[in-house]
Amino acid sequence: MRTAKSGPKAEPRMKGAPIDAKNGRLGALSAGPVLRGPATKLILAAIAIVAYLLPFALSSYQTFEFTQVYIYAVALLGLNILIGYNGQFSLGHGAFYAIGAYTTAIMTTRWDIPYGWAIIAAGLLSLLVGFLFGLPALRFEGLYLALATFALALAMPQVLKYFDSWTGGSQGIVLDKPGAPWHLPITSDQYIYYLSLTVLVIALTLAYNLLRGRAGRAIMAIRDNPIAAEAMGVNSALYKSLTFGVSAMYTGVAGALGALAVAFVAPDTFSAFLSINFLVGSVVGGIASISGAIFGGAFIEFVPTYAQEISRAAPWAIFGITLIIFMYVMPTGVAGLAKRITVALRRSIVGERPAPSPRSETADAAGATAGTARAVMGKPD
Amino acid sequence: MEALLEASGLEAFYGWSKVLHGLDFAVEKGKITVILGANGAGKTTLLRAISGMVKISGTVRFAGERIEGFAPEDIVRRGIAHVPEGRGTFVNLTVEENLRLGAYARRDKAAIHEDMERVFRLFPVLKEKSRNQAGVLSGGEQQMLAVARGLMSRPRLLLLDEPSLGLAPVVVTELFRIVRQINQSDGVTILLVEQDAVAALELAHQAYLLETGSIVTSGPAEELRENDSIRRSYLGY
Repeated sequence: MRTAKSGPKAEPRMKGAPIDAKNGRLGALSAGPVLRGPATKLILAAIAIVAYLLPFALSSYQTFEFTQVYIYAVALLGLNILIGYNGQFSLGHGAFYAIGAYTTAIMTTRWDIPYGWAIIAAGLLSLLVGFLFGLPALRFEGLYLALATFALALAMPQVLKYFDSWTGGSQGIVLDKPGAPWHLPITSDQYIYYLSLTVLVIALTLAYNLLRGRAGRAIMAIRDNPIAAEAMGVNSALYKSLTFGVSAMYTGVAGALGALAVAFVAPDTFSAFLSINFLVGSVVGGIASISGAIFGGAFIEFVPTYAQEISRAAPWAIFGITLIIFMYVMPTGVAGLAKRITVALRRSIVGERPAPSPRSETADAAGATAGTARAVMGKPD
Repeated sequence: MEALLEASGLEAFYGWSKVLHGLDFAVEKGKITVILGANGAGKTTLLRAISGMVKISGTVRFAGERIEGFAPEDIVRRGIAHVPEGRGTFVNLTVEENLRLGAYARRDKAAIHEDMERVFRLFPVLKEKSRNQAGVLSGGEQQMLAVARGLMSRPRLLLLDEPSLGLAPVVVTELFRIVRQINQSDGVTILLVEQDAVAALELAHQAYLLETGSIVTSGPAEELRENDSIRRSYLGY
C-alpha cells in the first residue's frame, strides 16, 4: 500500500487503509459509508439548513433556478445509478422525464387528481416503462444500448404530438401551480422549491441506502464483471431491468416536479437535447456518485445562463468550452474533486486519523470512467 | 466411492456451435479432481456448463439431484461455487465487498460473518487489505480473493478455472497449498481445470484429459503422471 510520505510516522497507516492517491485513482465506486462521523453529519445538517433558508434570501426567479437544480439532481441521480453504478448506458432519459411530466399534467388538469398522487403515479409509470424498456435492452450492450435509448429520446416529442387528444399536441398543457398548503405564508414558487428539495432529500437517502446494501453490491458487481456476478448467483438480467426501471423512476419523478415548477408541458421541451443535457450533467457532476447529481444539476441549470451572459452571439461555444475545461480539470467529476478536497482537509485538520473507511462515495475515478467505458464498449475485460 | 457430481453425455453450445461433445465424468466427494487440457479444449465451458452459464444437453447430477437447466443462482444455492477464469475481480469494490458478493445467495447474516473470519484466517493478506479497492491487489492476491469469494457461498463443490494463470510459480505453489488445505480440513470437494499439468497432477486425486471437447484419458492422478503420451505432450519431460 502506498502511503503519503509527508504523513507523520507516529500513526501506523496500514490498518485503516487511507485513501491514497493510488487507491483514489482506481476509484471508489461503491456507496461507501460516507455518512459516518459527527463532522460529516454536521456539514450535511448545515447544508440542509442553508438550503431550507435560501428562498428567503433569493428573488423569485433565483428560487425557481434552484428549484430546477434540485429537479435536475433527482433526474441525474437516476442516470447515475444506471450508468455509473450499473454500467448501462442511456441517451434517452429525457423520454422518462417527459413521461413523468405528462403524467402529472394529464392527471392534475384532466382528471383533477391531487398533484401529490400524480407525482407518485408518474414515478410508478416511469418505473414500469423503464423496466419494460430494460427487458429488450438486455440484448443490447454498450454503444448499441446508447443508440437504442437515443431512439427513444428522438421519438418522444412526436409520440407526444401524435396522441394529441391526451397531450394537447404541440400546444401542450398548462398546469395550475400548486399553492402552499395549510395557509403557509410562502409563495407558490417557494412552495415548489421546498417540495423539490424534500423530494431530492428523499431521493438521495433512498439511493444511498439502495447502493450500499446487498442490492447495491449486486448492481455494481454487474458493472465490474458481469460474468463473475452471474457466477456469484446474481440474476443479472433481472437486476439490469430493475435498475433501468428504478433509474427511469427517479427521472420520471423529476419530470413530474418539473411540470409543476414550470406549470407547462409541451413536446418540444422534451427533445433529444434534454437527454444529452442529462448525460452532460451526470458526467460533469461525477457519474458514479450520489452527490454528483447535485453538482451536475447545478451545471446544466446555471452554465447555459452564464454562457448567455458572456456571449449572446455564441452561448453554446462558451458552454462547450466550459464543459471541456470541467472535464479536463475534474476528470472524475465535481464530486470527485470535492471528495479529494474533503479528504485533504480532514487530514490537515484532524491530523492523520483516516476515515473509518477509505471508501469514498464518489467515483474519484478513472475506475468510474473505465468501468463505464467498458460498459459502453460492451466488453468486459 | 461416492460421486458428488456426475455428468453424462454432457454437451454444451455457444449459439449453434457445439463445444463439448458428450462428456462423461464424475467428481468424487471429498476429493480433488482435475481436468487438464490445452487452450480451446473446452475447460472453461465445462465449468460454465456445470454452473448453468451456458446452454447444455445431457445430464448433470449434483448430490443425486439433476441440476441441468437450472439458473446459476439456483446452482450456487445448492452448494456449487464457481471461481471464474481470470479471477473475475469486482475491481472497483473493496475486498470485503467482493467477499460479501460471494455470499450473495445466502441470507444467514451471522454465519456469513463467521465465514468471512474463516477466509481471513485462510488468507491473512485479504484481512489486511479488506477495505482496499480489489483492483489494486496483485494478481496473486486477486486469485486468493477469487478463491476466498468462492468459499463465501459455503460450497460443497468448488469449481476452479485455471487459478494458476499468469501467476509466478511460487504463488501457484502457495495457492495450491491452500486449495489442498480447503479440501482436507474443510472437506470441500474440488473440481479444477488447469493447463499447468505438473502442478495440477501433484495436487489432484483424479484426472481427466480434455481435447477439443472430448475426454481422451482419465484415471487416478498418479497414473496419468506416469502415462508416457501425457508426459510428452503435457508435462514436457
